[in-house]
Amino acid sequence: MGKPSGFLDYKRDTGSDRSPAERVKDWNEFHLHREDKELQTQGARCMDCGTPFCHTGQLISGMASGCPINNLIPEWNDLVFKNQWHEALERLHHTNNFPEFTGRVCPAPCEGSCVLGVIDPPVTIKSIENAIADKGWHEGWILPHPPAHRTGKKVAVIGSGPAGLACAAQLNSAGHLVTVFERADRIGGLLMYGIPNMKLDKQDVVQRRVDLMAKEGIIFRTNIEVGVNYAAEKLLKDFDAVILCTGATKPRDLPIPGREFPGVHYAMEFLQTNTKFLLDQGITDTNRPPIDARGKDVVVIGGGDTGTDCVGTSMRHGCKSLVQLEILGKPPLERANNNPWPEWPKVYKLDYGQEEAAAKYGADPRQYLVTATKFVTEADGRVGGLELVNVEWKKNEAGQFGPQPVKGSERVIPAQLVLLAMGFLGPEQPLLDALKVERDPRTNAKADHGKYTTSVRGVFAAGDCRRGQSLVVWAINEGRGAAREADRFLMGATMLP
Amino acid sequence: MSELPPRSLAGEPPAQGLYDPAYEHDSCGVGFIVHIKGHKSHQIVRDALQMLENMEHRGACGCEVNTGDGAGILVQMPDKFLRREMAKADINLPPAGHYGVASVFLPRDAAERKTCELGLEEAVRAEGQTVLGWREVPTDGQLADVGPSAKAVEPVMKHLFVGRNPALKDDLAFERKLYVIRHVASNKLRYTGPRFAAKDTLFFVTSFSARTLIYKGMLTATQLENYFPDLRDKEFESALAQVHSRFSTNTFPAWFRAHPNRYMSHNGEINTLRGNVNWMHARQAQITGGEFAADMKKILPIIQEDGSDSGMFDNCLEFLVLSGRALPHAVMMMIPEPWENHESMSKEKRAFYEYHACMMEPWDGPASISFTDGVCIGAVLDRNGLRPSRYYVTKDDRVIMASEVGVVEVDPANVAAKGRLQPGRMFFVDTKQGRIVDDAEIKDTFAKALPYGEWLDKYRLKIEDLPAGEAHGVDHATVFLRQKAFGYTYEDLRFLLTPMGKDGVQPLGSMGTDIPLAVLSNQSKLLYNYFKQLFAQVTNPPIDSIREAVITASETFLGTQLNLVEPKPESCRRIKLHDPIIDNTTLSKLRHIKREGFQAADLPILFEPELGGKGLASALDALFASADAAIARGANLLVLSDRGIDKKHAGIPALLATAGLHHHLIRKGTRTLVSLIVESGEPREVHHFALLFSYGADVINPYLAFETLYDLIHDGKLSVDYEKACKNFIKAGVKSVIKTMAKMGVSTYASYRGAQVFEAIGINHDVVDKYFHRTASRIEGIDLDVIAGEVMMRHRHAFPPLEGEDHSALEAGGVYQWRAEGEFHLWNPQSIHKLQKATRVNDFVIFKEYTKLIDEQSRNLCTLRGMFEFKFAEKPIPLEEVESVEAIVQRFKTGAMSYGSISKEAHEALAIAMNRLGGKSNTGEGGEDPARYQLEANGDSKNSAIKQVASGRFGVTSYYLVNAQELQIKMAQGAKPGEGGELPGHKVYPPIAKVRGTTPGVGLISPPPHHDIYSIEDLAQLIHDLKNANHNARINVKLVAEIGVGTIAAGVAKGKADVILISGHDGGTGASPLSSIQHAGAPWELGVAETNQTLLLNNLRSRVVVETDGQLKTGRDVAIATLLGAEEYGFATAPLVTLGCLMMRVCHLNTCPVGIATQDPRLRAKYNGDPEYAVRFMRFIAQELREYMAKLGFRTINEMVGRVDKLAVNKAVDHWKAKGLDFSKILYRPNVGPEVGTYCQSAQDHGLELSLDQTHLLKICAPALERGERVVAHLKSKNTNRVVGTMVGSELTRRYGPAGLPDDTIQLNFTGSAGQSLGASMPRGITIRIEGDANDYVGKGLSGGRIIITPPKTSTFDPSVNMIIGNVALYGATAGEVFIYGMAGERFCVRNSGALAVVESVGDHCCEYMTSGTVVVLGPAGRNFAAGMSGGIAYVLDEDGQFGTHLNREMVNLYRLIECEDAEIAEVKTHIERHAQLTGSAKAKRILTGWNDYLPKFAKVFPKDYERMLTQIKKVELQGFTGEQALLAAFEANAKDLSRVGGN
Repeated sequence: MGKPSGFLDYKRDTGSDRSPAERVKDWNEFHLHREDKELQTQGARCMDCGTPFCHTGQLISGMASGCPINNLIPEWNDLVFKNQWHEALERLHHTNNFPEFTGRVCPAPCEGSCVLGVIDPPVTIKSIENAIADKGWHEGWILPHPPAHRTGKKVAVIGSGPAGLACAAQLNSAGHLVTVFERADRIGGLLMYGIPNMKLDKQDVVQRRVDLMAKEGIIFRTNIEVGVNYAAEKLLKDFDAVILCTGATKPRDLPIPGREFPGVHYAMEFLQTNTKFLLDQGITDTNRPPIDARGKDVVVIGGGDTGTDCVGTSMRHGCKSLVQLEILGKPPLERANNNPWPEWPKVYKLDYGQEEAAAKYGADPRQYLVTATKFVTEADGRVGGLELVNVEWKKNEAGQFGPQPVKGSERVIPAQLVLLAMGFLGPEQPLLDALKVERDPRTNAKADHGKYTTSVRGVFAAGDCRRGQSLVVWAINEGRGAAREADRFLMGATMLP
Repeated sequence: MSELPPRSLAGEPPAQGLYDPAYEHDSCGVGFIVHIKGHKSHQIVRDALQMLENMEHRGACGCEVNTGDGAGILVQMPDKFLRREMAKADINLPPAGHYGVASVFLPRDAAERKTCELGLEEAVRAEGQTVLGWREVPTDGQLADVGPSAKAVEPVMKHLFVGRNPALKDDLAFERKLYVIRHVASNKLRYTGPRFAAKDTLFFVTSFSARTLIYKGMLTATQLENYFPDLRDKEFESALAQVHSRFSTNTFPAWFRAHPNRYMSHNGEINTLRGNVNWMHARQAQITGGEFAADMKKILPIIQEDGSDSGMFDNCLEFLVLSGRALPHAVMMMIPEPWENHESMSKEKRAFYEYHACMMEPWDGPASISFTDGVCIGAVLDRNGLRPSRYYVTKDDRVIMASEVGVVEVDPANVAAKGRLQPGRMFFVDTKQGRIVDDAEIKDTFAKALPYGEWLDKYRLKIEDLPAGEAHGVDHATVFLRQKAFGYTYEDLRFLLTPMGKDGVQPLGSMGTDIPLAVLSNQSKLLYNYFKQLFAQVTNPPIDSIREAVITASETFLGTQLNLVEPKPESCRRIKLHDPIIDNTTLSKLRHIKREGFQAADLPILFEPELGGKGLASALDALFASADAAIARGANLLVLSDRGIDKKHAGIPALLATAGLHHHLIRKGTRTLVSLIVESGEPREVHHFALLFSYGADVINPYLAFETLYDLIHDGKLSVDYEKACKNFIKAGVKSVIKTMAKMGVSTYASYRGAQVFEAIGINHDVVDKYFHRTASRIEGIDLDVIAGEVMMRHRHAFPPLEGEDHSALEAGGVYQWRAEGEFHLWNPQSIHKLQKATRVNDFVIFKEYTKLIDEQSRNLCTLRGMFEFKFAEKPIPLEEVESVEAIVQRFKTGAMSYGSISKEAHEALAIAMNRLGGKSNTGEGGEDPARYQLEANGDSKNSAIKQVASGRFGVTSYYLVNAQELQIKMAQGAKPGEGGELPGHKVYPPIAKVRGTTPGVGLISPPPHHDIYSIEDLAQLIHDLKNANHNARINVKLVAEIGVGTIAAGVAKGKADVILISGHDGGTGASPLSSIQHAGAPWELGVAETNQTLLLNNLRSRVVVETDGQLKTGRDVAIATLLGAEEYGFATAPLVTLGCLMMRVCHLNTCPVGIATQDPRLRAKYNGDPEYAVRFMRFIAQELREYMAKLGFRTINEMVGRVDKLAVNKAVDHWKAKGLDFSKILYRPNVGPEVGTYCQSAQDHGLELSLDQTHLLKICAPALERGERVVAHLKSKNTNRVVGTMVGSELTRRYGPAGLPDDTIQLNFTGSAGQSLGASMPRGITIRIEGDANDYVGKGLSGGRIIITPPKTSTFDPSVNMIIGNVALYGATAGEVFIYGMAGERFCVRNSGALAVVESVGDHCCEYMTSGTVVVLGPAGRNFAAGMSGGIAYVLDEDGQFGTHLNREMVNLYRLIECEDAEIAEVKTHIERHAQLTGSAKAKRILTGWNDYLPKFAKVFPKDYERMLTQIKKVELQGFTGEQALLAAFEANAKDLSRVGGN
């Protein structure tokens, strides 16, 4: 297949993004389009493995290894190498409803488990995926395919994030009439309001897909929060099946003194209002979003992707300084012994936000092995600083392993805006209460992976509200799976994958 | 017509468990003596008996030394003797020729015997002949010392004398009458009628003729004459005598199965038997009129199915002769020469064969057949000459023909000529004419007897000449839909269709298979997947269809076969096709044919899947009925088509429709009236085609495969034009089916058609009995409901219940590569990761997580063993009382992976690991660097304990052999049983080439067969050879599981193997054709169980170790293997995974990224394995096994072996397909007494102490061996002195290493006939000189020694045209010299890799697969010279200018010696001078004297790759490179040269 010796002949090249100094001046996507030729060469590096770990999507040591939606990576790598983009797109769509999303936002566990990674830098799977999707849109290959036949069954999907959308797309293709309920004013959930525009363009990418789905016959209803302005009972009455895809939107708090000070926000609050403002009104020197980082010393607490998005957004606001706190230690540059391939590589990575901060301030804004102990206020009552202490990970007197403060390392740093990006604690409970859906010990809707059936007949749960906070690809995986099971429930059998 | 009669099992244990006597094989020593002028004498009989005794080593005995497998003799009616004897009873016999004698086996029970006697008499009278009287044949079991097993089933033998009715017009009419009587009586007394108590001594007529008489029984060769006092009587006279000594794979050969048969004796096997018998069965229904006329009905069935394969051959031959054809004519019909591709056959002879091909298919298989009607006697070999037959013609008018020379003592001065049977040639003596009629004359007689050529011109149509009708085109719009309906996957497109369409080649893959058997898969599987290809191993050889393409043929004739017994000109009114896979245009020609005698009919093969199994059954019945109706209307081209599929109608699986109809028509007796043309969208790969042909399809039109190619081209995925792609696809299909046939030793489509050489795994007997009659299916399985259900799943995919609901691109597949949505694989990312992690961090807990992933198959069934559960003991025993890990790991081995297929690093790591454990690693077939025999500084050893001896014999030197603890003869390998191997040139890096004794960059071929093993007695010979070459080593014979492997294993045990390895079908680490990886061979569970059961029944189990391998991954696997009967275990893939293998399955591409299956230095640098990982794996396995042992209540492996009572079928498994399985045959334990050992507890008796080396030579050579002193000795040799010089050689090598001693230190001079394997593996320092002649395998594996063979000084024949040595000389020789003053047989210097040979003339296939060394032939050479020759040089004196036509130019160039450099010419001349000097060759002297005249006549055969490499080396040497550097530089330059022949 392809070029058997490609991996020996070519080096990994991810291409370059727009320069940090340049891109922080606007909200446009920071990725640059790559030439077909370059991507073909990168595709040639794929070894067409007999056992492609990239395509597995298994949990190893609790982290995703390989693609959770089992993208047929070797197949489309090979097709790209052969310059057969259209078919590459078909093979990509075979497993993935939204490659243009995952190609942009996925942390690419596929690359972490790429077999080539055992001996050399892995194949640039993500950028190839993205290019296939973009080309598909650009060439006009991606067209609405409304189902030829309707089953007469009505299905409600609650939540329009990646899980809800994937679920809706699949159920619609099976001929069910799908209504997607979204409590926000725009469809997309996390894709719309969670991930900032420079990573995933709202109008040109997210809305484009939503529009296409609408043309395929999916009904989107925004500003409706089931249980609030749409009765749960009515939902169960109106629809033959309900799929909950409400996400894990309950943020983890930081209960330390001063938490109540103005200027301390959850990351999502910051990102959401920012995107909405950007889309509604645009952000200019004079037209500022409700939570504005301009001229402020910003502290982002939490080192994950959301934290990075806060960094990138703050940079674009024009913050004065930026610090990102991480309670864990700095990861090694290469895999540690206890983190072998094909596990998710826990290695140091400079993501786009940090890259931008580094470009402006001269250094990666992250501080490791550090935790906040207290918010400090200034005269205006707003937050003005943050007391920090270094930690080390060890056992305490009770024998429990955890971060222990290092005496004498206490200090205060200035902070007029503090963003809490420490993850999420599961789904919001009112809807689940209203539907009387059983919960698991972590307050998620209780349903088995692969089955997705909740304790209520006809009600399914998928995505983060079932499995807890996770990746977009897992959401797509679950949305597709729940669609399959819902179809089976409705029709007695299913042809959905 | 009714069902075929059940096969009676007289004399054997009935089928039980997995053992079935139907799979018994045999082969043998065969020979005859005849007085050419027909002078009868007792001496002829005496000599024949002596011949038999001297071939005793070719027969076998079972568990008792005094129970033979069978021996017998056929003579002319000993009239003088019988007349005298009968006179004693006052019976005066009529003149000779006017009475016939039935030689009958009768029950021992007097009453039953009486019934039989009366029954026979009644038949005699009913046919108008006279009963003259009975004579009890005296026997002397005591004198003969007949063993108890034979005695237990000993029948009473009597002669019935029958007087001829004068009304019969001639001798033949009388013979015919006797034949009818025999059939009538046998049908009544043997096959139906009274059920006698003593089934083992049923009524059987050994011979019934006025011309011949047979004495035979379950005897050894030496017992025969003592058992039958008649044979010793001086008045017992005959002018001809045919003898036979049998080597059966079982110990239950029946008395009646001993040879000779009534018209022939046979050494060999008929591989296409099932088909031949079925065809005869169909044909006999159409036989009317002819010589038998009204008697025809009485003689049915023509074939008696309780006979051995040669017995059935004999039935057919006898029928053809008695129905009016001359004996040689009938033989030519049944075993035609390969006429299809013969470059120089006469027009008439070709026409003769082609005409008869229209009436009957060849009986195909390796065979040496000796036939006689009592007046004439002759012999033929099969088309490929795979059996040895040598003859002497004496000056006193005798011909002595036998499998070996030297079997009857003849004064050399009395020898007029020495010859051999040649492939496809007939040797014929007519005692009436009193002369030898040579092949050309006799065949010419028959070929010209009738104007066959004219008839063909007039009636035989050629497909090319027919007009095309309206053909189906490509329906692009629905291709995708139909692909889904027929279950196409994306993988099919990528892995199968693309390479076939693009390059016309068979697709390759690597690393075996680890997916579920079809019956265990959760997925919908095509019916083809339930069948496994059978293949030849041990009892007959697979064929190399590429290098020996001259004997293969795909010719197909369509239309009606006319009455076999009344040949007419229009009997050849048939359509001839060259390729039986046809495109749409060709199909249109057939469908729309408008020629006299042809009429096509379309028969849709469709059903409504909604109606399930019932619907399928009735659709099949309807198909059969419409076929019957079409035939009644006169149609003779039946087109079975599934073109009409739509939402409601799915295709009946094409195989089911074809096989079902084929069998229906056989039952109806109408099969030969029609041809079956399969037009189906389903078949697309080799396995599909092979199955369809094998179950009766005459031609196949795989239309959807063509349309798929169109689609691929249309989508830009295939860059050839459509027509070319279809051509390529057909070419790949046809050639690959030939290759698949060749694996089973079948060489023509005509005989493969309907041969049913498959076994079903997972189909229930209702389906098999009705549609696949007589196909083995041992574990039951799916029924028509499931078959219909699986079709439904595919059909739904294409036609979803809701219209327009289309979710899918093609399914990924996941068979060849793991895919999440595809087929389950035991090796998947999780299991691979867990195993690597467990062995890298040395954590048994993680290892248990790994084994849990493999063992718990509740969600994904995969293997048969996955269906089992243990019956644990009520009280487990404490773990510490169980045999230790250290003891258990000594039973562990790693798989045979060659250095070459895997890297030095990986290969050595396995050796180190196994040596640390005290287990055994295996060299694989690539030899081994002698440097590895020295210990490492840290005490590690890289010396592989097991050294493999495979068909390529790479690096098999005396030194290699003496450094082994175990020598493994690889008969087959799991990934591709029945096939050879190829190491592509780009993997033959200089170090690999060095170890293998070949040239870097030049691709290497291992032949499909061992060219010294064409039969079971050959294997026994090789075992004996190897035991001689290293008496300390255990000899291990590696087999692959398939139906009947148990009986083969029994034969191997009788052939004295110490260890028998039963490999599963699924193993395999190297590259193989995908169809072989997936579809050949059976799971080891079946193989081990069958082997264990059969060995127990034979009481052979206690003298062999049974080993198994094939995807063994966990302690549970090993525990189950043990309970089924194995006691040693091999692992290959799993240890490789511990070393880093990630199941890339790219071994064939040399791009293994972890440096294991590659030789690329860049990738080898990436290797990060460590022997310790493999050590840990083995220890973990042993530990886990111990845990099971404790729970089962076993303290030792020995007590656990074969305890199937500890296994049960897991009742929890509820699987839609697997629910029909029945494992009772696997879990069967034969009821044998406590005296039968159940595990290996005694050693084989190899009889080394009887060898000449031990009795004489070692003593004689002691001064040389001990002190290096010169030894010269003169001795006598007989053909029974085998492997002479080898043991002395091994002792020499042990003491002096690979360098040996100076030439001629030991000189052994013999007179007489040398036995087989003269001087095998002999090292430098020994010279053997034979004055006389020698048998097969002279100088096999020669390692530096010298062999000189000359005719006796007193002989008068011209040595340059007389046979002096047998076949396959210098096979795998690595060094040394051989000078042969005379002709050599077939395959001289096959796979020579370094020896020098000078010979006067050679047979076919000389220098086949040769890789190095020099061959000088001073006279004519046979056909197919230099096939597969990739190295070394041959010089041939081409006096008649014919040599060029005999050369296979695929891989070699032909030059004239005179155009070569002077140094080269001088070197050749030196060789000839030495030949002249050492042998006294007159021819050599003549050449030297007239050198200037002869020089221009010398041809030089120079392999292209070798030449290119030598040129390259010269080039880089000019650039200043030297030694190894030069080699590497040349190798790299060569690797870039795309014009390479081998291994591109």
